[in-house]
Amino acid sequence: MTAIRNILSRWLPAYALLYVVFLYLPVVFLPIFSVNTSPSPKFPLAELTLQWYRDLPNTPALIDATRNSLMVGIAAALLSTILGICAARAITRYRFPGRRAINGLIMAPLVLPEIILAVSMLLVMLQLGLELSLVTVVFGHVLVCIPYSLSVLTSGFEGFDRSLEEASADLGETAFGTFRRVTLPMVAPAIISSLLVCFTISLDEFIIAFFLTGTEPTLPIYIWGQLRFASKLPGVLALGTLLLVGSFLLLTVAELLRRRAARRTQNAGGAFA
Amino acid sequence: MPERSQNDRTMIEISHVTRSYGAFKALDDASLVIREGEFFSLLGPSGCGKTTLLRMIAGFDNPTSGTIAVDGQPMAGIPANRRPTNMVFQSYAIFPHLNVEQNVAYGLRRLRLGAAEEKRRVEEALAQVSLTGLGKRGAHELSGGQRQRVALARALVMRPKVLLLDEPLSALDKKLREQMQVELRRLQQAVGITFILVTHDQYEALAMSDRIAVMFGGRIAQVASPKEIYQRPVNRQVADFLGGMNFVKAEIVEENGSSLVVDTLGFGRVKTEKPKAFVRNGGGATLGIRPERLRVLWDDASSKFEVAGRVIERHYFGEITHLIVEIPGLEKPLSVTETNDFGADDIPVGAPIRLAYDPDALVALAD
Ligand SMILES: Nc1ncnc2c1ncn2[C@@H]1O[C@H](COP(=O)(O)OP(=O)(O)OP(=O)(O)O)[C@@H](O)[C@H]1O
Ligand SMILES: [Mg+2]
Repeated sequence: MTAIRNILSRWLPAYALLYVVFLYLPVVFLPIFSVNTSPSPKFPLAELTLQWYRDLPNTPALIDATRNSLMVGIAAALLSTILGICAARAITRYRFPGRRAINGLIMAPLVLPEIILAVSMLLVMLQLGLELSLVTVVFGHVLVCIPYSLSVLTSGFEGFDRSLEEASADLGETAFGTFRRVTLPMVAPAIISSLLVCFTISLDEFIIAFFLTGTEPTLPIYIWGQLRFASKLPGVLALGTLLLVGSFLLLTVAELLRRRAARRTQNAGGAFA
Repeated sequence: MPERSQNDRTMIEISHVTRSYGAFKALDDASLVIREGEFFSLLGPSGCGKTTLLRMIAGFDNPTSGTIAVDGQPMAGIPANRRPTNMVFQSYAIFPHLNVEQNVAYGLRRLRLGAAEEKRRVEEALAQVSLTGLGKRGAHELSGGQRQRVALARALVMRPKVLLLDEPLSALDKKLREQMQVELRRLQQAVGITFILVTHDQYEALAMSDRIAVMFGGRIAQVASPKEIYQRPVNRQVADFLGGMNFVKAEIVEENGSSLVVDTLGFGRVKTEKPKAFVRNGGGATLGIRPERLRVLWDDASSKFEVAGRVIERHYFGEITHLIVEIPGLEKPLSVTETNDFGADDIPVGAPIRLAYDPDALVALAD
């Protein structure tokens, strides 16, 4: 036993390091090659340039794809957050039969293979006679965003002490005033965090968008289309780098807000601890 | 503490209030009158409906039947935010995203008093609960006792006609709780607002209240001053809930309007006041006597009223000793508490003993 443990303790850090390198090295290549003058991604780098980034705004197709993505992202974020608020409030506030089962069902899309989800959504949309468009993409994205939205929101709402709203009413505040002065400030960080997470997921999502979009591509679909042309690769790398940095920033802000919201509501019941 | 003169004006009138959850009655036909400026306690074991009644006065819940009036005004249909009552919650419900000052000023905002007046009232309220200087503290930077004071200040600053307190001291440790009992009572006398305190702690209720309502299973069993509740409980349940009581079986010899003459095996023939709720059930009755109303008779001292028996147990509690005394003829031994000044802690178990009592201390109890 101790021998195994010795070996483990010696090699575990090395394994962890390898794992991290394997996970993130490809990601690091993206920005590196995006500032390379040579269009083919090979070491050693030729020369440093920002030319590929400068070219980005001059590509009309890219601008269209970006606009599509932003619209889909905002719509999906708003819809899934609104639905998530309803579900999270019900789950954290009320005790009803089947509460766990419903929670489980809502979280299920997290573990279903995305391609299966995409194909089945496509079938349903066609059955319903809906024309494929950005609207159908939004529906698909709402489905995959809700689990994330729900988990962010429940961690923000949990421990929200009902008596805070009663205390506000007791002090003379109306129902709307209570919502504005107590409920909203306490859950706002969680809501913003959910919006950011959903927006980011929608922005980066490829498979569902690929199946459900009509003629209008979103950014990931545009990128996929560009990959067929070797000469376009540096532009794609530059675009990918921007998306990467943007997503990373949004998710960081979202996580900071989620933690703040959770800390706030949990401390509300601190008198019992 | 000086007795504050109290007027007899009715502040709260609760008549025949019932609150049902399906077939279960959390509150069953409760009627109660609370006077202006009174410190009133609702006392009873867990689940007896105290919180239910308090929440209906505050407006968070509505009676299934019956009416509640505050200061002569019926409360039916008036929501919590328009009632002249304020509440101190058991969890304190301090707004965690606001600091102490903002918490206290929360309800003043709607009154549009102007910044200067608002600030003055906040300062005044903080001073009343000894929190001067802590106005800028965040809600998370407060101890349990300080949170309690903030909750109190936040309610008092509204100058309500009635302040409702739901077990406000139960989250505090024993020492702080006792200190706050004194402070709360002093504060109530200073501001003169009607306080309604919910508690399951009989000592708290006895120490702080002008009057107490004792509740069991959704019903109000007795409403009286602490002294009367303690000395003249109406039934066995009330007697038992408020500290220890010895119960003695008795035979009714004579019954008239206000008094009762009974025969007991241990205490002989006793004449007592008849409790209001007394319902004759055959020829039997129960007498009660508090353990501290039985005194040990030393050596050749004697008393006009005494019982003789034998010590079967002795428990030492520092300033007092608790003796269990077997009396021939009584089916249950008597509990006696005696101060230790004369050596009650040295009485050997098994020793014969004589106990003096005041016949006025024997009370007839309804079952
Ligand atoms: N929403 C509800 N649905 C069903 N029963 C309820 C509800 N609220 C309270 N009860 C029941 O009503 C009874 C009285 O409750 P209440 O909260 O008034 O008790 P309490 O005297 O305040 O007790 P405690 O000292 O434990 O706070 C309890 O038996 C409780 O289970
Ligand atoms: Mg209660």
